[in-house]
Amino acid sequence: MNDLIPQFQSLLTHVDWSEIGWASWDTLVMVGVSLFFSVLIGLPLGVLLFLTGKRQLLAQTQVYAVLSFVVNILRSVPFIILLIVMIPVTMMIIGTSLGVAGAIPPLVAGGAPFFARLVETSLREVDRGIIEATQAMGASVRQIVLGALLPEALPGIIAAITVTAITLVSYAAMSGVVGGGGLGDLAIRFGYQRFQTDVMVITVALLVIFVQLLQMLGDKLVLYFSRR
Amino acid sequence: MIEFDQVEKAYQVGGRAIPALHPTSLSIHTGEVFGIVGHSGAGKSTLVRLINLLERPTGGRILVDGEVVTDYGSGTLRAYRRKVGMIFQHFNLLSSKTVADNIAFPMKLAGIYSAADIRARVDELLALVSLSDQRRKYPSQLSGGQKQRVGIARALACRPTILLCDEATSALDPQTTQSVLALLSDINRQLGLTIVLITHEMDVVRRVCDRVAVMDGGQVVELGPVNEVFLHPQHGTTRDFVMESERVDQEELKTDLQHASGRILRLTFQGDATYQPLLGRVARESGVDFSILSGRIDHIKETPYGQLTLSLVGGDLDQAMAVLNQADVHVEVLR
Repeated sequence: MNDLIPQFQSLLTHVDWSEIGWASWDTLVMVGVSLFFSVLIGLPLGVLLFLTGKRQLLAQTQVYAVLSFVVNILRSVPFIILLIVMIPVTMMIIGTSLGVAGAIPPLVAGGAPFFARLVETSLREVDRGIIEATQAMGASVRQIVLGALLPEALPGIIAAITVTAITLVSYAAMSGVVGGGGLGDLAIRFGYQRFQTDVMVITVALLVIFVQLLQMLGDKLVLYFSRR
Repeated sequence: MIEFDQVEKAYQVGGRAIPALHPTSLSIHTGEVFGIVGHSGAGKSTLVRLINLLERPTGGRILVDGEVVTDYGSGTLRAYRRKVGMIFQHFNLLSSKTVADNIAFPMKLAGIYSAADIRARVDELLALVSLSDQRRKYPSQLSGGQKQRVGIARALACRPTILLCDEATSALDPQTTQSVLALLSDINRQLGLTIVLITHEMDVVRRVCDRVAVMDGGQVVELGPVNEVFLHPQHGTTRDFVMESERVDQEELKTDLQHASGRILRLTFQGDATYQPLLGRVARESGVDFSILSGRIDHIKETPYGQLTLSLVGGDLDQAMAVLNQADVHVEVLR
């Protein structure tokens, strides 16, 4: 038993735990900040996509077509390409394309349209009868959205936030390739480029745990807000 | 008073206009319970949604108390809709709100009521629909009948003058249907509310409506007081509905008539005549024998009525007819 611990430690010779700690924190910050902005931009975008869609309250075929096209483009570009394409834009907004801050704009560019589509879908799940009933009460479009649609779709939207957060965890790890920070950066610089398999294993394990926790939290919240 | 003036509605489907309602003119009087009956696709849903302009007419005008509501701008339209409550077949309650919050919702949307006003009104409405002990529950925890009563309370929140009922009892079992209809009748009487009710069940019309319009193929094919339409249906569709509600199988009826001999009559009684011992008198005075082939005694709203199909044999048929014709009954000779 006593020689198990040194044996275990000898397996992890390259692991610098404080480095791992900082990298985990960086990942947390990247995911948290980019999730915040993805929701901030994606929620209204999703609502707009829903409202301008066919046979909806503000049906506007052309507006919908344009929005849908932009969202589709951002979603069809592989994230690793988006990371590179976004570099000049990121330089303009943040001043650098490196580190934690430099990773945020491409993460939002990938996360927001993804989240917007999920919001659109969960709004479509809301019974049309509820929209009709609210309309019949003399509600304005704004009141229908804020008073009926969003509260009714809340469990779906929380599930969408969970999925987006998890996607952002993997995107954030990918940003290590172009000099973003966090666990992905660690995995690539040490685990991959210096063949430190132990670092690779630890970072991957941490990412898995992180995703599991997010999913559990999301599921709990969905359950709490479901009244059906 | 709700007036339809040559109102029509067509839907654009693939560049073609599919008529849902042919030009229709009718009036619904203040304080009455007006039924619209028809099969699905007959246009009754469209007709009722034109009243609160959830559907926009493609022609004609709709007037409510003399005002042309089809000309309203969006602000006036929203104010008008607050005065027109609506209940639905599938209730359409917000699953994310409690019973009390669902009832308060239209008042909050209106933005003209204080929190205290809303609380008092919600209490009052919960008592009206006897759900005071369910106020904190969510719709998913209620039975169908309870959900519809929440729907009714919600529809009444802003003190409307018109209540639209879209197949309000079609998703309910017979007993619950009965209690919801009784509640609607009470509301109509107590609050003097105009109720427009669409249904595919003639039985619902019979129990609560004052007048009824029968729709078929996007047109009103028959319109009149319920007792007249019900007891003396003119149009084929109306007859089908009446037969259906009385569970009369036309084929069976035909075979019955083949087996019966003599003259076959259908007698229709209304009001006090229902209780008169007429048949015995006819038999005694004319010496005819009669056998009852089918019969029903029931109520149209509060008025009792009876309908009997008889075959008469022997005796003095002409005298029997004379006695019947003198009495306060409607006689129809079937054969």
